Amino acid sequence: METGTWKVKTGLAQMLKGGVIMDVVTPEHAKIAEDAGACSVMALERVPADIRAAGGVARMSDPTVIEAIMKAVTIPVMAKCRIGHFVEAQVLEALGIDYIDESEVLTPADESYHIWKHDFKVPFVCGCRDLGEALRRIGEGAAMIRTKGEAGTGNVVEAVRHMRAVMDGIRKLVNTPQEELMAIAKEMGAPFELVLEVHNTGKLPVVNFAAGGVATPADAALMMQLGADGVFVGSGIFKSSDPSARAKAIVKATTHYKEPAIIAEVSKGLGEAMPGLDIKQIPQDELLATRGW
Amino acid sequence: MKIGVLAAQGAFAEHIAVLHKLKIDAVPVRLPRELAGLDGLIIPGGESTTISKLMTDYKLREVIKERAAQGMVIFGTCAGMILLAKHGINGYPETLKLMDITVARNAFGRQKESFETDLKIPVLGEKPFHAVFIRAPLIKTVGEKVEVLAKLADGTIIAAREGKLLGASFHPELTDDARFHEYFLNIVAGKH
Repeated sequence: METGTWKVKTGLAQMLKGGVIMDVVTPEHAKIAEDAGACSVMALERVPADIRAAGGVARMSDPTVIEAIMKAVTIPVMAKCRIGHFVEAQVLEALGIDYIDESEVLTPADESYHIWKHDFKVPFVCGCRDLGEALRRIGEGAAMIRTKGEAGTGNVVEAVRHMRAVMDGIRKLVNTPQEELMAIAKEMGAPFELVLEVHNTGKLPVVNFAAGGVATPADAALMMQLGADGVFVGSGIFKSSDPSARAKAIVKATTHYKEPAIIAEVSKGLGEAMPGLDIKQIPQDELLATRGW
Repeated sequence: MKIGVLAAQGAFAEHIAVLHKLKIDAVPVRLPRELAGLDGLIIPGGESTTISKLMTDYKLREVIKERAAQGMVIFGTCAGMILLAKHGINGYPETLKLMDITVARNAFGRQKESFETDLKIPVLGEKPFHAVFIRAPLIKTVGEKVEVLAKLADGTIIAAREGKLLGASFHPELTDDARFHEYFLNIVAGKH
C-alpha cells in the first residue's frame, strides 16, 4: 500500500470535478456549504473580500478554526498557506487537511520561490494566469491548478482572462510542430516535459478549476463553458444576502452549465450578490493575481 | 449497447474515456430524460453528498430506481457505490437503496490515508488489478445474495456484485486496466 502518490493526489482533484469548492470561515458556514452540495470547502479565518479590506499581512488560518471546520463536515477540507511558506504547509499537513492551496490571497512569504510540493504527501492546488505559470506550478508538484482571477472582487473578468489564456496556450501547443516546442518552453518558462505532454495530449496533466471573482450562477456556468473542470467560490457566497440559496444555485449551475433554462431558473430571487469591484480602480500594488510568478 | 455515466459531479469524463477506448457508445447523464434507452449506468466517484443532492433536485433518483427495476445494470465506483447501498454509516447521504450492502464512508480516513495497491480479483483473472483508493468507502456487511468480488489483505471487502448491481471502493477509471469495465459490460451484455 502506497500513500501520498501522484495518482492519489491528482485523483482527489479528479473526484472534485464538476463541483463547487466554497470558502468558509466557521463550522456553521461549512455545514451550509455541505448542505448546498459543495464538493469541498476551503477553511479560512476571513474570506478574500475581508482580507482585501483589512490589509496588512494575511497568514495561514488559526488551526483551531481549521480543525473545527474539519470536524463539522464529511466532505474534503482545504486550507491556504502563503506562497513559499513551506512550514505553514507542514502545519496544514500535520492537521490532516485534504488539500493545501498555496495562495496569492495570503501575503507571500517568499517573493522568489514557491514551495517544492513533491516533498509533501498532501496534495497542493496553485493559482495561475496562463499556461506557463500552470506548468511551472505542476512542475513543482501542484496536483491541481486554478485560475487566479482577482479574489475578493466579485468581478469575474480576471478569471475569464486567465482561463482563456490557459486554454489558448493549450490550443497553440497542440498546433505547434515538435521542432518549435523547446523554443516555446523557453519562452513560456515552463518545463519542457510538460510542454511536450500538453502538445501530445491536448490538455493539462491535472485538473483545472476557475477561481477569483465568481459571484453568480451564470459566472460559474461561464467558467465551465470556457473549459474549467469546476469552480471555487470565495467571497461570492458568504458576502451575498442569502448564502444558502446562492450556494445551492451555483452548485446547480455548475452541473447544468450547458442548460440556460436551468441557469435561468436557479438564478431567480437570490437577493443581492456580493458588491463588486472594478479591477481598474484597484491600485496596482493591491492586486493579488500578480503575487507569485 | 449504450452506457450512461451519471455526470452530476465527479470523475464522469474519466469513465466515458475508458468506455470510448473500448468502442462503447457512452454519454453523460445529468437529467432524467438522458436515462432513456440506456443499457447500463455508471455512477462515478465524486462527493456522494453532492451527487445525492443533485439526484434529488432533478428527480434522477426515482427514474434510476425505475430503470434498475426494469433491468438496467448499474456500476458504482467509490461515491457511486455509496449511492447504491441500502445501508450506511458515517454521515450518510440519501442513497438509491438498491444494493444489499452496508457501506462506511471515508472509511480509511482523510486524504493522507488515500492509497494505491494491487488487488486479487478472481473474476478479472489471475493478473493483479492495480487499484486507487481516494478517501474511499468500504463494505462493512453484505446481504445473502451479494457476491464478494475483492478484499484487501486484511479481509476488508472492497468490491461486490448483487445481480445487475456492481460496486467498487476504488477507481478503475483512473488506471489503464479496463478489465473491471469489461466485466461490467459483460454483465450488460448478459454474458455473466
